[in-house]
Amino acid sequence: MNQTPGAPRTMFEKIWDEHVVHAEEGKQTILYIDLHLVHEVTSPQAFEGLRLAGRRVRRPERTVATADHNVPTTDRSLPIADPISKQQIDTLRANCREFGIRFYDLNDEHQGIVHVIGPELGYTQPGMTIVCGDSHTSTHGALGALAFGIGTSEVEHVLATQTLAQYRPKSMEIRVDGSLGTGVTAKDLVLYLIGQLTTAGGTGYCIEYTGSAIRELSIEQRMTVCNMTIEAGARAGMIAPDEKTFEYLRGRPFAPADFDAAVERWKQLPTDPGAVYDRVEVFHARDVCPQVTWGTNPGQVAPISGRVPDPAEIEDTNQRKAAAQALDYMGLEPGTPITDIRIDRVFIGSCTNSRIEDLRAAASVVRGRRVADSVSAMVVPGSGLVKQQAEAEGLDRIFREAGFEWREAGCSMCLGMNPDTLEPGERCASTSNRNFEGRQGKGGRTHLVSPAMAAAAAVAGHFVDVREWNTEG
Amino acid sequence: MQPFVKHSGIVAPIDRPNIDTDQIIPKQFLKRIERTGFGQFLFYDWRYRNDGSDNPDFILNQPPYDKATILLARQNFGCGSSREHAPWALLDYGFRVIIAPSLADIFYNNCFKNGILPIRLDEAQVDQLFERALKQPGYKLTVDLESTQISDDQGLSIPFEVDAFRRQCLLEGLDDISLTLEHEDKIAAYERAHGIVAD
Ligand code: SF4
Repeated sequence: MNQTPGAPRTMFEKIWDEHVVHAEEGKQTILYIDLHLVHEVTSPQAFEGLRLAGRRVRRPERTVATADHNVPTTDRSLPIADPISKQQIDTLRANCREFGIRFYDLNDEHQGIVHVIGPELGYTQPGMTIVCGDSHTSTHGALGALAFGIGTSEVEHVLATQTLAQYRPKSMEIRVDGSLGTGVTAKDLVLYLIGQLTTAGGTGYCIEYTGSAIRELSIEQRMTVCNMTIEAGARAGMIAPDEKTFEYLRGRPFAPADFDAAVERWKQLPTDPGAVYDRVEVFHARDVCPQVTWGTNPGQVAPISGRVPDPAEIEDTNQRKAAAQALDYMGLEPGTPITDIRIDRVFIGSCTNSRIEDLRAAASVVRGRRVADSVSAMVVPGSGLVKQQAEAEGLDRIFREAGFEWREAGCSMCLGMNPDTLEPGERCASTSNRNFEGRQGKGGRTHLVSPAMAAAAAVAGHFVDVREWNTEG
Repeated sequence: MQPFVKHSGIVAPIDRPNIDTDQIIPKQFLKRIERTGFGQFLFYDWRYRNDGSDNPDFILNQPPYDKATILLARQNFGCGSSREHAPWALLDYGFRVIIAPSLADIFYNNCFKNGILPIRLDEAQVDQLFERALKQPGYKLTVDLESTQISDDQGLSIPFEVDAFRRQCLLEGLDDISLTLEHEDKIAAYERAHGIVAD
């Protein structure tokens, strides 16, 4: 705002400015929304609101829906056992029909977790504003979009007006210099960053990730980083588009028809030299090891070589109390080496880590090995297309032969709205994004890790340093 | 939306940081397709024991806190998912005000859409309120959005900050969509200028 024309701008400012429909001093800015993703859990009340007010969906062609949270990941030819889940999915289907919205239904090969299918089908594009009634919408920022989660009232607002009234968040640059070591993944990087920032550290900010370690990540790995940005409390995370982004999008079903012209536009997006962020944080990739969370929020994390902390040694009163409560819930003793933590379950999936590269990484660890007898493990691909691709590469066989269950696409045990849940007291190595109390099932204990770390833990029956594993293997 | 002008009520202190939306309303209750009726599921895993009976250790099951309409919490309240079911559950249970040192962005925003007033105060002020609310069960606060003051009947008076526009919307119970649609011509102009619809 109030900027000299031609002054250097951040990518966030460029995208924001481009989408301003109406701005007034002291009020929220009305922003145009390019793409609205919809799922079954946060939309029924919004559609109902539209109906009650006699409103239509303003741009159905910019709205895309799928069912993911509630869907069973077992045989899709069977009816959904839970009548309330079924009703929610039926309601979305009916709403999409009534309002003319494209819906990827259960039996569609393109069905999947909303944040997996958006990029995969080429809906997600650089420079776009993208919203969804889901906090992990930040995922889409990996392609250079401004993407963030909204509540159901806002879903209704976007359906009715194709805009959103927003205050401009502050901007933060997180620069990660250097290169990640072998066996250290994007998941480890983002868990490390959340540990450093804390889960409220990003509140009020839109984060742009920069630096060599970020540039070296593949597009899917960038999605993992942006996905978990919300766990640091930030509104959105984004990464400037580059040749990798363009190559990723080329040929996807909903990529722009005049692709080369689009690429020329996208090249204008990256932050100008000299542009100023409200806050800058710098990290070095060499400080990042494979990470394992020990607590009940994603910021309560330790390197695999570390130990469960002793709350008594934490200075801040609130953090100390939180750590003590977390250890109590998690059933962990202070000082326990992370590698001594034994697990009962393994979940490989979720919008954080269920893409083809994640499955390849996990499969390469379990190839020719067996899941420990005491562990039950499952892989839930992020979408129907990921599942197909994995099967074409024979990954499903590797997992099955190792003793993993191989499921249909959906959110599954990331939040356990469907029948995939932990039993009270069960301990799970999970590639998802939240280790909150009860998230994966009442009394369940979640440790967040990368796909390779989850796979190695499945085989060993406890956490192991996948870097040593690789050299042994 | 129900307007919010002034509210007096009993304070329930929940002494935990990072109370996330999965605690406020667990996922198994997100399957309903209505906006109402979520209050019975609020803080479900803390409020009820495994057999479904009330957990007497949880503060909202202890009179007079069970009549509370003002929730006092620690930092980062409402972190986690975007589920508006969280404010719906709080409102349906009877809460009209949430006071904490910090609240997560999406949750904070969702509150205003539902006639709940979220208030951020300094840690020290929150500590002071915790002390009073824990020492004096039934401790009451009055929250006045017009004068942006919190007060009790013991002479305490704390000003709080709330953005002017959101304050106005809450005071008048304004509906966001109608406000935006006052600028419908600008939306249409934007769409024409950006080739989203033909001229
Ligand atoms: S996979 Fe988990 S975090 Fe992602 S959209 Fe589904 S429930 Fe939300």
